[in-house]
Amino acid sequence: MLRTLPARVADSRRLFTRWDLIAILVVLGLLAFISDAGRGILEPLDKLETTTMSLSASNLPWYAARTTLRMLAAMGLSLLFTFTYATWAAKSPRAGRLLVPLLDVAQSVPVLGFLTATVVFFMSLAPGRVLGAEFAAIFAIFTSQAWNMAFSFYQSLRTVPAELTEAARSFRLSPWSRFWRLEVPFAMPGLVWNMMMSMSGGWFFVTTCEAISVGHTKIMLPGMGAYIALAIEQKDLRAVGYAILTMLIVISIYDQLLFRPLVAWSDRFRFDSEPGIKAPSSWALKMLRSSQLLSGVFKALHTLWRSILRPLRYLQPLTTPKFREPTPAEERRADILSYVSILIVTLLATYKASTFLTSGLSVAETLEAFRLGLITMLRVFVLIALASVIWVPVGVWVGLRPRAAGIVQPIAQFLAAFPANLLFPIAVYAIVRWKLNPDIWLSPLMILGTQWYILFNVIAGASSMPAELRYAARNLGLGGWLWWKRFALPAVFPFYVTGALTASGGSWNAAIVAEVANWGDTQVRAAGIGAYIADATDAGNWHRVVLGILVMSLFVVIVNRIFWRPLYLYAERKYRLS
Amino acid sequence: MNAVNSLLEVRDVIKAFPKGDGGSLLVLDQVNLSVREGEIVGLLGRSGSGKSSLLRLIAGLSKPTSGEVNYLGQAVDGPAAGVAMVFQSFALFPWLTVYENVALGLEALRLPEDEIRRRSLAAIDLIGLDGFESAYPRELSGGMRQRVGFARALVVNPNILLMDEAFSALDVLTAETLRTDFLDLWGAKQMPIKGVILVTHNIEEAVQMCDRILVFSTNPGRIVTEISVSLPQPRNRLDTNFRDLVEKIYVEMTSKRMQTTNEKAARGQKDKPAVANLDVILAYYVSTNLISGLIEAVAEAPYHGRADLPVIASDLMMEIDDLFPVVEALQLLRFADLEGGDLNLTVDGMAFANAEVDERKRIFAKHLLSFVPLASHVRRVLDERASHMAPRSRFLNELEDYMTPEAAEQTLRNIVSWGRYGEVFAYDDQHMNFSLENPT
Repeated sequence: MLRTLPARVADSRRLFTRWDLIAILVVLGLLAFISDAGRGILEPLDKLETTTMSLSASNLPWYAARTTLRMLAAMGLSLLFTFTYATWAAKSPRAGRLLVPLLDVAQSVPVLGFLTATVVFFMSLAPGRVLGAEFAAIFAIFTSQAWNMAFSFYQSLRTVPAELTEAARSFRLSPWSRFWRLEVPFAMPGLVWNMMMSMSGGWFFVTTCEAISVGHTKIMLPGMGAYIALAIEQKDLRAVGYAILTMLIVISIYDQLLFRPLVAWSDRFRFDSEPGIKAPSSWALKMLRSSQLLSGVFKALHTLWRSILRPLRYLQPLTTPKFREPTPAEERRADILSYVSILIVTLLATYKASTFLTSGLSVAETLEAFRLGLITMLRVFVLIALASVIWVPVGVWVGLRPRAAGIVQPIAQFLAAFPANLLFPIAVYAIVRWKLNPDIWLSPLMILGTQWYILFNVIAGASSMPAELRYAARNLGLGGWLWWKRFALPAVFPFYVTGALTASGGSWNAAIVAEVANWGDTQVRAAGIGAYIADATDAGNWHRVVLGILVMSLFVVIVNRIFWRPLYLYAERKYRLS
Repeated sequence: MNAVNSLLEVRDVIKAFPKGDGGSLLVLDQVNLSVREGEIVGLLGRSGSGKSSLLRLIAGLSKPTSGEVNYLGQAVDGPAAGVAMVFQSFALFPWLTVYENVALGLEALRLPEDEIRRRSLAAIDLIGLDGFESAYPRELSGGMRQRVGFARALVVNPNILLMDEAFSALDVLTAETLRTDFLDLWGAKQMPIKGVILVTHNIEEAVQMCDRILVFSTNPGRIVTEISVSLPQPRNRLDTNFRDLVEKIYVEMTSKRMQTTNEKAARGQKDKPAVANLDVILAYYVSTNLISGLIEAVAEAPYHGRADLPVIASDLMMEIDDLFPVVEALQLLRFADLEGGDLNLTVDGMAFANAEVDERKRIFAKHLLSFVPLASHVRRVLDERASHMAPRSRFLNELEDYMTPEAAEQTLRNIVSWGRYGEVFAYDDQHMNFSLENPT
């Protein structure tokens, strides 16, 4: 197992560049365009054929399978996106200048806000059919998965050791085989780890996407999320329990049968194998490798794959790749072309976004959205602080005890993958029952699923403390608060920052579902930008939806750039024990 | 020279890399060389002499700024068939087995499966890797990994083999074994290769293996001397002729380098009196411990202030090449002079050796400010500013006008360490700035 999460922090000397601004404008313009395109065709959706859902427990395996399939489809899409977009960004510095900030902004856009904007667009592609809603759901899951995978792949491509690239070139591998035989394998460990992260986030969104209500339209896609939504509507606490149980089983299966084998397998692609770190293992992979029957099947598949690919190879000419260093004139032409096209796109996006926003929104409305954004920001920071106070000491305690870490670490990772929104009904039920203040008591839901990132990163940090350093601390007689202040906290700090950064991002996303919650026909709500977006979605008010998304994305981008990124770089420089 | 058996010609090659500010940095200046059949040619020089850049031009991995590289009469405009390379860091694909690594180059040529198999196994066999076919590189020792590097290069039947510091990542004993094994195969003509170009900074390695040695100057790289080695193979390192040749090349390298440094110092002072000549590259990190260690060793018996470098190197159990940067630092700080391969301590050098800690620091500070332009420049800037603070990036940017960003980083790293030792200025790594305050 990799010890930390690769943080999605681009290393740059400056806080903001003009490319960031352009990226924000482009994303905003795109959002405005999509929701604009969908506005006119909202009506026919009422005639959507709906599948009837039932709360009978015997349907659960079928629903779980549907949900899992949606996840896998989105993962396939994300991989396709990763291999193309990230490769383009890495190979063409000219394109990368815009593509990388674009990625950074895109991952700050709240996925669920995006969903409402895209669902109508996709349903217009397949009017009146469930297929459109399926597309929309898969696309929404894709938007929750793709960005960090692409980021990881991009960063790997940029750090392929120069000598390996030179070796590949001097042995005249074609760009195509260089990609598959050098670059993809090199990027594999980071990519697998990010896929795992993405899947964890994906479960959260898939369950939300399956029950969408946009304006007057209510869409139910058969699956675990729709099942839960139905259970909430019918106030069936027992069904909620069934759903949670099913999800636990599904995630265990996917963890044991898909990701542990993948992680164990991808370990062979690790470039810098540090001795002393135990290679990850997986019983499923072992079984796969040692079974005669299965290995026979794999061999057959491999041969088939090769016989398909081999003729393809001959389509490329067998010539030495020549230098294609462009002349200064060509260089200038390409520069002008790229600047002009970026300028046009930016202008279009600015026009689209400004007309869209100004046509239906007042200044007061905008200020209100920013006020709500501040409230949610306050909530996120308080929650992160609270979670840190609890989980950092626990994580250090566990991490220093290898046996405890061996038990707790997989559990924490598992909990991070569990879609916390399945637990919301229970909390809402409690709030309604005891009449608690929703402004306070709904808040913990935002961090319910993401706090585990803090825990398992801190555990990883504590267990990688060099033993000699611990002995030295003991030898010097460090004790009590001094031990924490001078030794334990600094040593886990870089790990903690990585975890807190991830938790913070996830919490913003969760705000949309956590700030407004229903139990039957009772609704509890907390003030915040998440609730604002959720309300606007319910009312089908596109202008507010886009405004809400814009404000939330801006907050996320700014908090990341001003707070998390400097903190991360500082932690890496000062406290990383290497 | 006879055009028929000339494998490779490099004519008037200049290589410059663009810098951030729009200018360019000259790495290779007017380089000419040719490789004939049956020859091992050595490119010998310190880091920064552009010899590895030259090798990449020959390999077709990059393109000269001007001039041309011809292989078998054809201009090289991309990785050529028949030119294979062995890398310093081995550059093996860690996810492929020994066999797969070797076979990769043949697969790129799209040969039939059974030919790939036959030739790969033959190459593995030739290079002494029998039995390791299914091992992954991480399971192998450095020496075995580099053998894979050789097998991978030889399997494509190249005419020319390029070695980029192929032995310098290995320990002394392993490197020696691999070198002699290679020379045995070469002598017995068991390999398909017709010529070898070997890049190295190790004088003994060059003398042991090469028929001709081209000595490079640093910054920019030029060929300053060509030396033919006519000793019969196998060559004995302890042989007097061998030792004499090493000593001769050694004297050559130190003197040439000094000339260019002095030349630059003179020129810099004339051109820019305001900003002192900042183009002294300290490419290796030399700690003050090493500096005082060497001064002490030379001051003591049996040297008493004057030591023959190869002798004291072996006495200190260091390679001569490892001693170069320290010697250069002593020269720069005027604690020692170099004369015909002998290191002589100056009066202040001797005083330093006999002084206590505080006195040493005082002497060191004085020399640092007097003879290292960058150090006095930093100090002057700090003195002139009201805040007595200056960011690191300010000096880094200045240095990058004269050298590559990596060299600038390394040079500044030395200055920070020396300045701290001499208590000439303080440096705060957290905020990356220089100041005159010492931390309380």
